[in-house]
Amino acid sequence: MSLRIDKDHQRFRNIVKGRIRKDLRKFLTRGELIGKEGKHLISIPVHGIEIPNFRYGDNSDAGVGQGEGQPGDKVDGDGEGIGPGGTEEGRHILEVEVTLDELADILGEELQLPRIKPKGKHRITAEKDRYSGIRRIGPESLRHFKRSFKRALRRQMIVGTYNPDRPRVIIERGDKMYRSWKTILSPHTNAVIVYMMDVSGSMGDEQKELVRLEAFWIDAWLRRNYQDIESRYIVHDVRAAEVDRETFFHVREDGGTRISSAFKTAQELINQHYNPQEWNIYLFHFSDGDNSSESDSRECCQILREQLLTNINLFGYCQVASAYGSGNFINVIHEQLAKIDNMITSRVNNKDDIYDSIKAFFSKGI
Amino acid sequence: MVLSTRIKTLSPELAEQTERIAHIARRETLDFFETIFEVLDYDQISQIASYSGFPQRYPHWRFGMEYEQMRKSQTYGLSKIYEMVINNDPCYAYLLADNSMTDQKLVMAHVYAHCDFFKNNTWFAKTNRRMIDEMANHASRIRRHIDHYGYETVERFIDTCLSLEDLIDPYRAFMTREPPRRATTEQDRRNKKRKDEEDVRYPAKPYMDRYINPPRRKKEVSPEDAARATARQVIPVKPHRDILWFLIQHAPLEDWQTDVLSIIRDEAYYFAPQGQTKIMNEGWASYWHSTLMTRYILNADELITYCDHHSGTMATSPGRLNPYKMGIELYRDIENRWNRGRYGKEFEECPDMEIRRNWGQDVKIPERVVGQDSPGRRKIFEVRRVHNDVTFIDEFLTPEFVDRFKLYQYRMDPTTGRMVVVNRDFKKIKQQLLYMLTNHGRPHIYVVDGNYANRGELYLAHKHNGLDLDIRYTTETLKGAYNIWGRPVHMQARIDDEMILFSYDGEQSKQQRLNEKDTPKPAHTI
Repeated sequence: MSLRIDKDHQRFRNIVKGRIRKDLRKFLTRGELIGKEGKHLISIPVHGIEIPNFRYGDNSDAGVGQGEGQPGDKVDGDGEGIGPGGTEEGRHILEVEVTLDELADILGEELQLPRIKPKGKHRITAEKDRYSGIRRIGPESLRHFKRSFKRALRRQMIVGTYNPDRPRVIIERGDKMYRSWKTILSPHTNAVIVYMMDVSGSMGDEQKELVRLEAFWIDAWLRRNYQDIESRYIVHDVRAAEVDRETFFHVREDGGTRISSAFKTAQELINQHYNPQEWNIYLFHFSDGDNSSESDSRECCQILREQLLTNINLFGYCQVASAYGSGNFINVIHEQLAKIDNMITSRVNNKDDIYDSIKAFFSKGI
Repeated sequence: MVLSTRIKTLSPELAEQTERIAHIARRETLDFFETIFEVLDYDQISQIASYSGFPQRYPHWRFGMEYEQMRKSQTYGLSKIYEMVINNDPCYAYLLADNSMTDQKLVMAHVYAHCDFFKNNTWFAKTNRRMIDEMANHASRIRRHIDHYGYETVERFIDTCLSLEDLIDPYRAFMTREPPRRATTEQDRRNKKRKDEEDVRYPAKPYMDRYINPPRRKKEVSPEDAARATARQVIPVKPHRDILWFLIQHAPLEDWQTDVLSIIRDEAYYFAPQGQTKIMNEGWASYWHSTLMTRYILNADELITYCDHHSGTMATSPGRLNPYKMGIELYRDIENRWNRGRYGKEFEECPDMEIRRNWGQDVKIPERVVGQDSPGRRKIFEVRRVHNDVTFIDEFLTPEFVDRFKLYQYRMDPTTGRMVVVNRDFKKIKQQLLYMLTNHGRPHIYVVDGNYANRGELYLAHKHNGLDLDIRYTTETLKGAYNIWGRPVHMQARIDDEMILFSYDGEQSKQQRLNEKDTPKPAHTI
C-alpha cells in the first residue's frame, strides 16, 4: 500500500544522497543506532538533516540522570562496566542496511567513476508526455470543460443560485479544471554486457573467486546506471558456451584454454541479437592469460581487431595472476592491439586490485 | 453520531474495552473529551507518528526523515510506538493492530489520562481543539502554493521558516503584551465623546466603511498631532519574543509567504504546551494507567505482560532522564506527602531529618481511594490543572525525592569528552532541571528593533541567563532570518562574557564586539 508519507520519504532520501537540494547537505548529520542481530551488534546508520536554529552552545553539555554512580563515573554508556571484563573480545559492529543499489552508488561516488554515457543516438530512455491527470491550474488550452462545468454546477447548487427552470451555469475562475500531464520515461534502446570467463584447469578456485567478484561488481554498477540492461555470460575452456547467470557464477570446469573460442561465440551472439547501431555493447573477458598456443592468441587479436572492436563500446580484459601459467596473453594483445581506444586491460593479483581494475575499466567513460 | 460510525473499525472486543475503561476512568473523576480509537498497522502508525499524530500534514522532507528513523528503529527492534493521541476535540488515539489485548488496555487507560490532561491543564486552554481540520487546511493551503510557485521554492521557504519556528512567545495566549498605544486621559475621553456626537456613523462592513462613512475633512491639524505623526515610529513598541508574529506583520513578504509563515507559527503555538508539559503529561498518563490497570482492569493472566511493558516504559538509562518515570514518581510523591501532611511552612522549616522522615507516618491512609477522595488525590488533580513542567519541578522536587530516586547531575568532562556524574547536590540538580525545561531548553530571543540605525535592519537580542549561544548555528540561522526580512539582520548575544553583534547582510556574515560608543544603539535593550 502506498502511503502519503512515501513522497516525503523519497524526497528526504534524495536529499541525503545529494541528488537534490545540495544546499541542505551541509546540515546533514549521521547518527547511528546500535542494534542486535543474532549474536552480532550492528550499527544502523541514521541520517538526519538539522535545520539550523538559535540554540545553546558547548557549555550546555550537562543534564540530570537517574541511577547509581559516584561523581566521576561515566554515564554515556559504552566501555567499562559492561559484561565480564578482561577476556572479552572487542565488539564487532557490522554495518547494515545498504542495498546493492546504494552500494553501487557509493562505489560510483568513491571511485569517481564516470557514468557510462549513452553516445550518439543510442538513447537509453525516451521521454514521453501523457495527459493523465487533472489539476486546478493550467493553460486555457488544456481546460477540461466537462469537469469545470460540473464544478460550477455544484457550486451554484450549493450557493443556491442555480435555477432549474433557467439552467444557466456560469463557470468562474475557481471552477476551472485543467488536464495535466506526466512525463514518462520509456526504454528506447538498450545496452548489453557480455561477460566471458576462462574456466580452464589453470584457473584455480582463488582466481575464479576474484573473477566472479569483479564481474559481480561490474554487473551491479552497470545495472545501477542503466535502467534496462541485458547481461550475457560465456564460459570457455577449449570450447565456449553461453550459460545463464547462475551457472556463470558457480560453474567449475577443467581443461585447456582456447580464448578465441570465447571471442567467436561472443561475435556470434552479437551478430544474432545485438545490432551495434542500436545497442551499447560492453565486453569483458576474464582469464589467467594462459592461452594454449601462440597461434590462437594471434587469432584472438585478429577477431578483436577486425570484428569485435569495430562494433562495440568497450572491450575490457582482466587478467588474474595464476600460479601455473605464463600469463602471456595480456602481453600479446598489448603488442598487437596498441593504440586502440576502446580496449582496456588490467591485472588483478588479489582482492584489493579489484577496486583498481574496475576503476581502470570505467575511468575513460566510454 | 460520529462515534458510532468510527467505532466500527474497532473489533467488538476492543470496542467493549474502550467503553469499560472509559467508564472506570470517569469513576476516578478523570474528565476527557470524547475519544476515538483507530486501529492501524505499523506503516500507518509510523506515518501518523511522523506527522506528530495527524493524518495529514503539508508536504515536507522533514516528515520523511522522521518516518525513516522510526521505521529503522522498529525494524531492528530498538523501539516501537505503542500509543499516540492528539489534543483535539474529540481526541483521536491510535492502537497498533498487532498489539496484545493487554497492551491495548494499557494504551487505552494511558490515553484517557492524556485526554483528561489536554482538556483540563490550563496551558492547553488556548490551543485549537479542531486542530485535525486545521492541519488538513494547512496542508491544502501549502499544496496550493506549491502548485502556483513550484515545489522547491515553497520547500526552501518552509525550511527557512522552520529554522525560526521556536521564536514564539508561549505565554502570549494568556496575556496581552502590547501596551496600549497611548494612555487615555480624562481629556481624551471627553474629546472622543464630543467627536462621537459630531460623527454620525452608518452601519457598514469594514471594507465599505470608507465609502459609506467618508472621513471628514480635517479642520486643523494640531501641532501635537503633527509632531506625533512625524516622530520616528518605534517598532516594536516593546521588545517581545513573538518574532514570527513580528515578521508576519513587518517583513516584506509575498502573500503566499505570509501564509506559509503563519501556518508554521500556528502549528508552533499548538505544539508549545506539549513541550511545556512533557513530564507532567506523561507522568499523569502513567500514574493513571498504572492505577487503573492494577486495580480494576487486569486479568490475572495478563499481569506478567503488563509488568514487563510497564517497567519497560519506566526504565531509566544512564545519562537520560525518563519523563514517564520522573512524572509518575513525582505525582505519587505529592499524593503521599499531602496524605501525610508533609507540606507547608512547619514541615519545610523542620531541620530534624528524623522528624521529617517520620512525619505523618501515623496518618491512616485508606487503601483504595476512588476519585478525589483523599487530600493527596485532590492535590494531584489540582497540580495537573495549574502547573507546567517548570513550575512542577520548582514546586514539588524535594531533597528527599532527589535522594530516593538517585538523581544526579552530569556534565561533559572536557579532558575526555565523556559525560560524567558531577554531583548529587539537590540545589544543583534542581537548577539543572529548570535550565533544561525553561523555554524547552531553548534560548530566549527577543526582537528589539525593526528599524535599526534607521536603516530598516532587524535587530534581535539574546537574553543571557547562564548559557552562551552556539556561534555556528547563530550565524546560519541569521541567514534564514535575512531571507525573510530582506534587509541586514543582527543578533546581539553574550559570548564568553563579551557582547557580540552577529550580522548578516545578504553577502557575508560578520561578528563584532559591541562597543558602547561607535555602534548605533537599538530601540530597546533587554
